[in-house]
Amino acid sequence: MAANETTFTSVSAELTPEDFRKIGVDEKQAEIIQRESISAWKDAWQRLSKNKLAMASLVVLLLIVLAAIFGPMFANFDSSTNDLLNTNQPPSKEHWFGTDDLGRDMFVRTWMGTRISLIVGLAAALIDLLIGVIYGGIMGYFGGRVDAIMNKFSEVLYSIPYMLVTILLLVVFEPSIGTIILALTITGWINMSWIVRGEIMQLKNREFVLASRSMGAGSGRLLFRHLLPNAVGPIIVTLTLSVPNAIFSEAFLSFLGLGVQAPRASLGSMINDALTGWMYYPWRMLFPAIIISLTMLAFNIFGDGLRDALDPKLK
Amino acid sequence: MVRYVANKFFYMLVSLFILISATFFLMKAIPGDPFMSEKKVPPEIQARLMEQYGLDKPVYVQYFKYLGDIATGDFGISMKHQNQEVTDIILQTFSASLKLGLIAIVISVIIGILLGMLAALYHRKLIDNVAMILAVLGIAVPSFVLASLIQFIFGEKLGWFHVMGFDGPLDYVLPVAALSAQPIAFIARLTRSSMLEVLHADYIKTAKAKGLNWMAIMFRHVIRNGILPVVTYIGPMTANIITGSVVIEQIFGIGGIGKVFVECITNRDYTMIMGVTIFYGVLLMLARFITDIVYVLVDPRIKLTGGKEG
Repeated sequence: MAANETTFTSVSAELTPEDFRKIGVDEKQAEIIQRESISAWKDAWQRLSKNKLAMASLVVLLLIVLAAIFGPMFANFDSSTNDLLNTNQPPSKEHWFGTDDLGRDMFVRTWMGTRISLIVGLAAALIDLLIGVIYGGIMGYFGGRVDAIMNKFSEVLYSIPYMLVTILLLVVFEPSIGTIILALTITGWINMSWIVRGEIMQLKNREFVLASRSMGAGSGRLLFRHLLPNAVGPIIVTLTLSVPNAIFSEAFLSFLGLGVQAPRASLGSMINDALTGWMYYPWRMLFPAIIISLTMLAFNIFGDGLRDALDPKLK
Repeated sequence: MVRYVANKFFYMLVSLFILISATFFLMKAIPGDPFMSEKKVPPEIQARLMEQYGLDKPVYVQYFKYLGDIATGDFGISMKHQNQEVTDIILQTFSASLKLGLIAIVISVIIGILLGMLAALYHRKLIDNVAMILAVLGIAVPSFVLASLIQFIFGEKLGWFHVMGFDGPLDYVLPVAALSAQPIAFIARLTRSSMLEVLHADYIKTAKAKGLNWMAIMFRHVIRNGILPVVTYIGPMTANIITGSVVIEQIFGIGGIGKVFVECITNRDYTMIMGVTIFYGVLLMLARFITDIVYVLVDPRIKLTGGKEG
């Protein structure tokens, strides 16, 4: 106790009115912009480009897309011409990925299959996006009774197992690329609509919406100019993650014979075709399997990276 | 609580009814009748067959008869395996699939939670990174690719397990591994992120400040709260395992219900397709129903809003 008192007195003895001068921040200095201001998108891109895994998967995705577009042009074969003298050939100089049971060149077929798988995946995801954004936007924006009824409807639809509905539809309507995409989207949009709904519900109570409304903006303008653009981050992430889902679903349908039909092939149906003899002809399985796994891996990692970049609160 | 359960149950029945009706009317929409593909059948026999399957009556009569039959568990007779009841075929083949599925679920939950916990406890360390790389791989590599791969490596090349068939306990190893890879990955990621959240929560700080020892904090607070989200995954996991088993049974030659499903779709055996579809539907909806209820039971923070809306 005694020691403390002595230190106190010694300190207080040195205090002068000078010590109580307001230092403060120079308010003029605070107004000066030190750095160039960055838009939210630039900020997200900066964060994304620091994520090496996400960038690597973006490169992989671009390569796969380019190969799917231009790959078939580099080979001198057609994807559906049979060559019964050269069936089940291992990879060689002539056939880079070998040939299948009808002597078709696997290199060309693999990239054609990638093309079809990507088309199915992207188309299904985009249709989900379109329906989901409109439906979810209406649910979230209007709320109340409209939301209750529409939400109940989507919940009932969602609780019907989607794989079963897809299978039933394809049993009835012969599988083609169009019907497969349709069957995949019949319940696929629900998830997207819930994401959009949640975002809109949070956003619609914010000040900028109130400001716009008080300046006389109508529902359409509010929804499409203010609410949806602000919800675009989670929408893009959901979109990115739903592409590999659709690709996987199509591959699964191929196992049931409900995928893309011959002579066309998707990665899934090629793997399914290769399954019977794949102990003897592993290359028939290997190349499509590697491509489909890489595609799904890259989409998943890129989607995760995108989520981290667009929403730094998560992590 | 009772209202909540009743509400969920009611909606489950509605969904089930929609699925059953959709199945019926979609099958009716198929052009032609099921006996068209056979060799030329004399019209008398054709008529006789139609009568036997009740196809000569108006659609609405067929529909109500169909609803009544399903309520009593009668899915009719298989169109390809004549004289065999669809219900019998389902019941005979289901046990193999059930065993496989249950083992896969148990293994997925145990390994998934352990992996997720380790990753969270050693956040940003080697174990975390390895576990998360495994998890991403598990989600991205389709189950059929994984199945073929391990079948080739461990069955064909190394010869540790049988390539095909389903007799001894060792034969479960490969199919279960292929089937549970994806659920393990999902559960590990779920557990990890929720454990990380819990570990930084204020009540953990309080518990530490009280001087509670590490074990008690882990078991009483972190694990209990950390694995809550896993409960929500029960429904999707069942779906995942069922979809997976369809393919896995095909690859490993297991005579389960998944294999029957593939067969009846390739053979266009419509009564079988309807039967198995509805069977799967009931299974999946029950799983989701149980998830809803268990989640409320284990997490008292959930507000029961379902009952009021009714």
